[in-house]
Amino acid sequence: MSLDVRAVVEPGRLDVSFTLGEGETLAVLGPNGAGKSTLLDVLSGLVRPDSGHVRLDGTTLVSMAGGERDSWVAPHARGIALLAQEALLFPHLSVRDNVAFGPRSAGVDRAEARRIAERWLRRVDATGLADQRPRRLSGGQAQRVAVARALATEPRLLLLDEPFGALDAGVAPAMRRLLAEVLAERAVVIVTHDPLDALALADRVIVLDEGRIVEEGPTREVLLNPRTEFTRLLTFGLGTI
Amino acid sequence: MPETDRRPGSRRQASRRVTLGGIPAWVAAVAVIGALLIVVPIVSLATRVDWAHFGSLITSESSLAALALSLRTSVASTALCVILGVPLALVLARTSFPGKRILRALILLPLVLPPVVGGIALLAAFGRRGLLGAPLEVLGVTIAFSAVAVVLAQTFVALPFLVLSLEAALRAAGSRYEAVASTLGASPSTVFRRVTLPLVLPGLVTGAVLAFARALGEFGATLTFAGSLEGVTRTLPLEIYLQRETDPEAAVALALVLVVVAVIVMVVTYGRREIR
Amino acid sequence: MSRRPLVAILALAGVATLLAGCASPSTGSGNGSSESGSETSATPVVEQTLTVFAAASLKDTFTELATEFEESHPGVTVSLNFAGSADLVSQVTEGAPADIVAFADEKNMAKLTDAGLIDGTPELFASNTLEIAVPPGNPRGITSFRDLAKPGAKVVVCAAQVPCGSATVKIEEATGITLTPVSEESAVTDVLGKVSSGEADAGLVYVTDVEAAGDTVEGVTFPESSGAVNTYPIGVVAASTLPELASEFSALVTGADGQKILAAAGFAKP
Repeated sequence: MSLDVRAVVEPGRLDVSFTLGEGETLAVLGPNGAGKSTLLDVLSGLVRPDSGHVRLDGTTLVSMAGGERDSWVAPHARGIALLAQEALLFPHLSVRDNVAFGPRSAGVDRAEARRIAERWLRRVDATGLADQRPRRLSGGQAQRVAVARALATEPRLLLLDEPFGALDAGVAPAMRRLLAEVLAERAVVIVTHDPLDALALADRVIVLDEGRIVEEGPTREVLLNPRTEFTRLLTFGLGTI
Repeated sequence: MPETDRRPGSRRQASRRVTLGGIPAWVAAVAVIGALLIVVPIVSLATRVDWAHFGSLITSESSLAALALSLRTSVASTALCVILGVPLALVLARTSFPGKRILRALILLPLVLPPVVGGIALLAAFGRRGLLGAPLEVLGVTIAFSAVAVVLAQTFVALPFLVLSLEAALRAAGSRYEAVASTLGASPSTVFRRVTLPLVLPGLVTGAVLAFARALGEFGATLTFAGSLEGVTRTLPLEIYLQRETDPEAAVALALVLVVVAVIVMVVTYGRREIR
Repeated sequence: MSRRPLVAILALAGVATLLAGCASPSTGSGNGSSESGSETSATPVVEQTLTVFAAASLKDTFTELATEFEESHPGVTVSLNFAGSADLVSQVTEGAPADIVAFADEKNMAKLTDAGLIDGTPELFASNTLEIAVPPGNPRGITSFRDLAKPGAKVVVCAAQVPCGSATVKIEEATGITLTPVSEESAVTDVLGKVSSGEADAGLVYVTDVEAAGDTVEGVTFPESSGAVNTYPIGVVAASTLPELASEFSALVTGADGQKILAAAGFAKP
């Protein structure tokens, strides 16, 4: 078992419990306000749950039971990378330095970090952009670089928050292909409101409604044979096609 | 993207022409009056200068000592403001704790207080009989009547300028980049060094320039707390005040020097960046 | 098309500034509403304001004299302006409306007489000498002028450009004792302030300042002070609109009453 989560945040905002196997990709579906982003914040460490725990590869990242055995690992020490809707590339660094940021922060020397950066830029097919400043990139290019930047840290868990949300429709398919390729070998939680993303990238799906899980299971199962009306509406009745 | 005038028939870039940019003409008129209020007295000052003797007036021994002292102390105070102000601005902008509002109000107090009051307060703290000054005196350390006192007085009045400017920049920048940086594995110190600081550098420079200008012009607190001795504590403003007694021409000449130094600093820093 | 807004702005600004200029109230139209009961006299009382510019060291004495003058001259309000003598000189030179001026030294008065701004010859009405002021308790045990040069003593004096400062320099030259002050202030008030607060061990101020400071400082007189005497002149301003009234005030200051009040404050005869 790779990821074991039980989290409660501010009665009502989030109340979930799930696990994720090694190399599995989990999609979190649900409407806006369902608690998807909160879940990601809990996993990345940007938000402390009121109670519960998060264990990754055997390491306890958070444990809030209200007693003396509470523990909490800061975001930078978790080995969890976050990719948001906006690429949020550091505007004052070049593309290469952006990608090298993670390794540098881990103590890797400058030359080695550049090599790692260039390797990942090749992987996401963005080598030509290496010396550019982020403000010159298109949405799709920036998102590509952001993927490289996140993966360059060799995270144990990768979190994706609506990664195609800000992209032009024409660019999304290429991104999806790229992600499908690089996500294959790691544990990923991807938050999205688009069931197509889940179908394309995820092994398993959980559906959130007002902070709670209303349905979960393998992707095709849940999306093509939704058990709840809620899920059916959410997935545009894909199953009836 | 450069702003192009939307009015029909005009296609040229709006860089050389005078454009209102959408504000009503009367607003611009009032703005002109506001600008004149500041510009006219300064220009009038220039007309009062005894240009024939200007050179000798400003290069007298006391004038040069005062100018050198002013520049030395202002640079030192600005550095101190930056060292203390950056953490302060960060705390005010990003953290939360009970009483934060009161703390901010206190930090900004020197902006509102008459500088002489600031000087009195500094004496109460660091003077020979002051809260901290008395124990220091016992240890043989006297702060009043020294250049250190000048730097303290200048820092006291200039710090709020830097904190205010920087805090605004920090708030505007938000902390999204910092959040991303920490998920990429950067420790808080690394985030501060490689992300926060570089992103608010423009705001920091603006704040530092304002602080420098304020420190350069500081008078009341310096006079009350540090005293006035040539080469030690008599900064340019104090020298001007003294010269008025016997040599008004010298006072005017020195005043113009102060204005020119301030203008140079402002233009060099503001001129290089942004908003044309 | 692009010129129009610019012209409009400048026109509006110009008009507004002109209006502001026209609307400026005329100064000193003698609105001093005096409360000295005008019901007792049968003849209508003429409201007049006499403007007196006096050196800061004359504050207490002249305030008292002003009240006396107002009582003996119903309808007259004496408006007092106290500042450093050099400040007052520049104010008068710039055209500030003063009827009478009284300074802490003859040098400053000379600036005005040389410029022809004084009516006739100024009269000398008082003199002042220096005294050492020490914090209550005299922590450093200063008892003489020589003590001021004691190593480790923090002494504050007036800067040479100010009347009390030039007096200090004169005494230094006369006695051959050079002081190393920690501060040379531009105003006597600042010297006094540093002494009374204990920041300085001693300061050189006027006899009258020590008197006026009461318990906040202790005074130490020294014989060498007679080597530098500041004589105070008083004169009627040539541009005054109330020359007779001004002369009467001047007479009050130089007369018996004025001299008594001045002596009580510590001033010596001119």
